[in-house]
Amino acid sequence: MKRKYIALPYLIWMTAFIVLPLVFVAYYAFTTKAGGFTLSNVFAIFDSLHIKATILSLGLSLSCTVLCLLVAFPLALVLRRIHLNHKGLIIIILILPMWMNSILRILALQMILSKNGILNMILEWLHLAPVEIINTPAAIILGMVYDYLPYMILPIYNSVMDIDQDLIDASSDLGARFGYRLRHVILPLSKPGIISGITMVFIPCLTSFVIPDILGGGKIQLLGNVIEQEFITSMNWNLGAGLSFALLIFVIIGLIFTQKHETKYKESRVW
Amino acid sequence: MQENILQLKNISKSFDGEMVLEELSLDIKRNEFVTLLGPSGCGKTTTLRIIGGFATPDSGQVIMEGKDITLLPTEQRCVNTVFQKYALFPHMSIEENIAFGLRIKKKDEAYIKEKVRYALELVNLMGFEKRKPHSLSGGQQQRIAIARAIVNEPKILLLDEPLGALDLKLRQDMQKELIRLKKELGITFIYVTHDQEEALTMSDKIVVMNQGYIQQIGSPEDIYNEPQNAFVADFIGDANLLAATMLKDELVSINDTRFTCVDKGFGTNKPVDVVIRPEDVEIMERGKGIFPAIVSSILFKGVHYEIIANGIGIQWMIHTTVYYEIGSKIDLYIKPFNIQIMHKPESEDEAVNHEE
Repeated sequence: MKRKYIALPYLIWMTAFIVLPLVFVAYYAFTTKAGGFTLSNVFAIFDSLHIKATILSLGLSLSCTVLCLLVAFPLALVLRRIHLNHKGLIIIILILPMWMNSILRILALQMILSKNGILNMILEWLHLAPVEIINTPAAIILGMVYDYLPYMILPIYNSVMDIDQDLIDASSDLGARFGYRLRHVILPLSKPGIISGITMVFIPCLTSFVIPDILGGGKIQLLGNVIEQEFITSMNWNLGAGLSFALLIFVIIGLIFTQKHETKYKESRVW
Repeated sequence: MQENILQLKNISKSFDGEMVLEELSLDIKRNEFVTLLGPSGCGKTTTLRIIGGFATPDSGQVIMEGKDITLLPTEQRCVNTVFQKYALFPHMSIEENIAFGLRIKKKDEAYIKEKVRYALELVNLMGFEKRKPHSLSGGQQQRIAIARAIVNEPKILLLDEPLGALDLKLRQDMQKELIRLKKELGITFIYVTHDQEEALTMSDKIVVMNQGYIQQIGSPEDIYNEPQNAFVADFIGDANLLAATMLKDELVSINDTRFTCVDKGFGTNKPVDVVIRPEDVEIMERGKGIFPAIVSSILFKGVHYEIIANGIGIQWMIHTTVYYEIGSKIDLYIKPFNIQIMHKPESEDEAVNHEE
């Protein structure tokens, strides 16, 4: 099997940039500064200070995921019905932001949302009361939704488009009205896309630190920010690595959970 | 005279400016097995989709048991459909698939259980309740699709080329199954197919369609023996399709050779189309038939040989069980009642519009 060697560059890449760093993270996570074994770095996530950031992270990520889902799924249903020619254009417009640097977009959003920003200028012009949205969790959620929505839309759009029209016709033929069709046919058949979308939105949200930094004005600490500070500011690599490791466990639990719901009737995995 | 369960009145439908159905009218009687037969693109599936409520006609009416259902949504119609590619719900078990319609109607579970059992028995798939559709073969999936439709006790069962994806042997078995089911259930079947043999085997009534028009409506025997135009003759079975002149009643001239026939009322010296089935061309010894011919090819087809013979400037297709060497000098004979005379279409439009 000579072909195996074709995979070698990727193997080197994976080892150097994924496996080794993970090993280092694990090493730092389970050792003290002096080099002795400890679990305290990982369990530090349950400290009152960190647990607050964790809960906030989970809460904001969850809200963002739900909002993305609420936008993406109906959109996919609408796009399914639209005439073929316009579909591609709409999808391109929706994923266009994906091609621009994320930090750049978040900075732009900061300009819009800030106290004397574009949003408030418009509100003032319309003689409406200004809103103070910047530096609040709401701003962070808005930023996350803005940033990650395409990652929810694409997989859901793909799986909704993949549903055979015959199946939907068959369900109405058997007497199912729209609500019943949605619940018993369309939703279950879109599940691979929905799970994939949730995975691709929830996990990056959970670990994000740039969005809360910029839109939260440094006042709102998510788990990502805490970890960043441990590494960059406090230079406490062991604690940073320990928290990262704890976060990694959250992510893995999440993946196992979604994986379990998958592969019920299809062999293929979502990711 | 049985009552009509379904009437299509002047149905027209076009897609993207292309006419698919034009002024189509059709009456279907209760308890009939009606087959819409035609080549792809003839409008047969569109007709079925209009009856099922999946498509709305641009004009015309669909009348079921006297009520106009043209605009009634699919889910409120008393018809059920068996789809060509089965369309079983992949995320549900066989039992859940069959019970789908009954659960919507909120029937109680005991009734549903009994119905599912009965339906599975009817399609010979007892004990499949807990299986998933993808673990079944194509033929089995199609039976489940039929079971799923009939548990709802539709007044009309629509079948859209349901056997199209099955292999020959299975298709023939399923044809017999469908005839049996039709007898046991006593409901109206509307069946769409492009397979003329399937149509001839199963139907009480065949509706031959082409380019959005009905070409002929009749029993399988009528359609086969007395095609009304060249399209029907050519589409149903093999045929020698010839241009001829009707000299007078009961006398037709094909390439200046006179044949006695049984048709009347075409006038004198009128150009007509003639169809003669290959099995109706009889081979005789030299001097005993109507005209001489020479065998130019012979193919073994299983049940019969297919012989091509040249005579009076025409290539005749003949089905016979007797073998003849290539080059054999023979005579051909055609019984008068086996010569089917048809009006020649006067214009291009009439060529496809032969509905009376």
